[in-house]
Amino acid sequence: MKTLRIEELSKNFGSTEVLRKINLEIDEGNFLVLLGPSGCGKSTLLNIIAGLETINEGNVHIDDYNVSKVEPKDRNIAMVFQSYALYPSMNVRENMIFGLKQAKVSKEKIEEQLEKVSRFLQVDALLERKPSQLSGGQRQRVAIGRALVREPRIFLFDEPLSNLDAKLRVEMRREIKKLHQQLKTTVVYVTHDQTEAMSLGTNIAIMNHGVIQQNDTPENIYNKPSNTFVADFIGSPSMNLIKGNLKESSNKISFIANGSKVEIPINGYNFNEKSNLNNKEVFFGIRPEHIFFKKSNESDFEITLKADLSEYIGHEQIMTFDYENQEVLAKFPSTIKIELAKNTNLFFDLTQISLFDAKTEERI
Amino acid sequence: MQDKLQASYKQLEMKSKYTNMFLRWFLYFALILFALYFIFPLYVMVVTSLKTMEEIRQGTLLTWPSGLNFDSWAVAWGGRGYGAGDTFLRPYFWNSFKMVIPAVFFSTFIGAMTGYVLTKWRFKGDQWVFLFLLFGCFIPFQAILLPMARTLGVLGISNSIIGLVLVHTVYGIPFTTLFFRNYYISVPTELVKAARIDGAGFFKIFFKILLPISAPIIVVTVIWQFTQIWNDFLFGSTFSFGKAAPIQVALNNMVLSSTSVKEYNVDMASAIIAGIPTLIVYVLAGKYFIRGLTSGAVKG
Repeated sequence: MKTLRIEELSKNFGSTEVLRKINLEIDEGNFLVLLGPSGCGKSTLLNIIAGLETINEGNVHIDDYNVSKVEPKDRNIAMVFQSYALYPSMNVRENMIFGLKQAKVSKEKIEEQLEKVSRFLQVDALLERKPSQLSGGQRQRVAIGRALVREPRIFLFDEPLSNLDAKLRVEMRREIKKLHQQLKTTVVYVTHDQTEAMSLGTNIAIMNHGVIQQNDTPENIYNKPSNTFVADFIGSPSMNLIKGNLKESSNKISFIANGSKVEIPINGYNFNEKSNLNNKEVFFGIRPEHIFFKKSNESDFEITLKADLSEYIGHEQIMTFDYENQEVLAKFPSTIKIELAKNTNLFFDLTQISLFDAKTEERI
Repeated sequence: MQDKLQASYKQLEMKSKYTNMFLRWFLYFALILFALYFIFPLYVMVVTSLKTMEEIRQGTLLTWPSGLNFDSWAVAWGGRGYGAGDTFLRPYFWNSFKMVIPAVFFSTFIGAMTGYVLTKWRFKGDQWVFLFLLFGCFIPFQAILLPMARTLGVLGISNSIIGLVLVHTVYGIPFTTLFFRNYYISVPTELVKAARIDGAGFFKIFFKILLPISAPIIVVTVIWQFTQIWNDFLFGSTFSFGKAAPIQVALNNMVLSSTSVKEYNVDMASAIIAGIPTLIVYVLAGKYFIRGLTSGAVKG
């Protein structure tokens, strides 16, 4: 039994297609992050799960029960919003118990829930305050508390940290992680922040143009992006995608960048399908953090590139190199000194590369 | 060199100081002048209402009254006590209240509801509904006189206070809707979503969540509607006469239909009485007026 199952879900606003044939499943207790650029449909998907948006095609199942036409309040979900959406005229207590009161839960039960949750989230001292008298972090906590008292099957988070400043965001991120570890409730979490997605999710579904590009564990998303969009979207700076061709001769496969003569041996690469590789146009994907200044691994490939640009950001520096008129970014500790406009020997970690078909942009 | 620079800076400093001072005085002068200009008619009204006719004939407009003589106020409010042809304001004053209070209440309430629906329960074609409502703001009073007279006739409520309440409510809805719609558009829709998940319905969300944070815009709307309806003359004079007339119509009748000598003191007192309620509303709620007009962001 899946806690949440979405089948062939499509949604359009007028003639604009927002979601296209979405299929998605979440196991009990998992933390699914919907990640994507703005306008990719991730918030719409969340609203559909919540029942706040109607569906054009397909179904949403919660605990194997088709809830596609069920009212939000009856779906056994709770939602935390970006703007917190605390009712401004009510104090914290009233905010937290509003839902239970609507559901006609008995007074004793309400009090019990309120006390449990407010103590758990350390908002018990704030119960009589109005939302306007709370700090951003406290508001966020109350908003989570309002969701918690309902004891939902699924928590829905809609970019809950975007309104917080950078420092608080990191703190609250850890709190949400802790909360999930303690409660083990199923979560669907929408964000456009990849760090949030990586650190929180047990699964990440990357969306673009209303389609799920890849739904996988954070490790696989990072290491084995299924297409160039995912490769480019995850990581900062994003993965270098070097255009070139494959060359296959006598069981040896190598990659040659456009305009270059250097053959990069990629025998160790785990192809999805090992046929018709010769002369195939591909993108050679390597992350900036997998390019080294010193040889660290026997399989590392040595290459000489000219340094063009250096961006110092404290603990590290991002260097831009020229590879036959293609930019290659690399990340080094800031202690390393590299002279600009000079040839530098670099080492590509070939165990970490990805290859994409240049036409379909899919991983090969 | 250094000294020279310093000296010239000092000069510039002095110069800018004098310029600023001059401009400031000029500003105050202009402001006082305008203030006097605006207060002058009120001064004339008040002093004239306190004079006897004798004094008015002998003095000028600006002459100070010889004493506090409220006789003309009493006449304006309660009449002279003789039968036919004695028009005085008291009954019409209450007529106006009986018209204004329900009309303000209904137009404000309906405007709030409409604004709520147009912003938080969007439906297909809602922009058109809003556009047409907005169009209603630009329809001149005169244009609706005939159709409205016909409507009131069909409904059988012409020449009645209820009829006037209906006219003012209907005419006010475009304005009140505009106010509330612009206010609610800045209230995050997530509030409504959260409430829906919490299990609140259409009316509960309106009464429990939106209405409690609408105080500023309610004040604006009430002031606006109160002033409009209280001061209205055209609808009042068209759709009512005799006993059902509101105060502005009565004021007109009183001032224009006096058969003998023009009693300026009574006229002035009547005009002031007719203006007092709007004045009170402004004084009581005025500070919310600007706040409500300019407030947009409701930070929850």
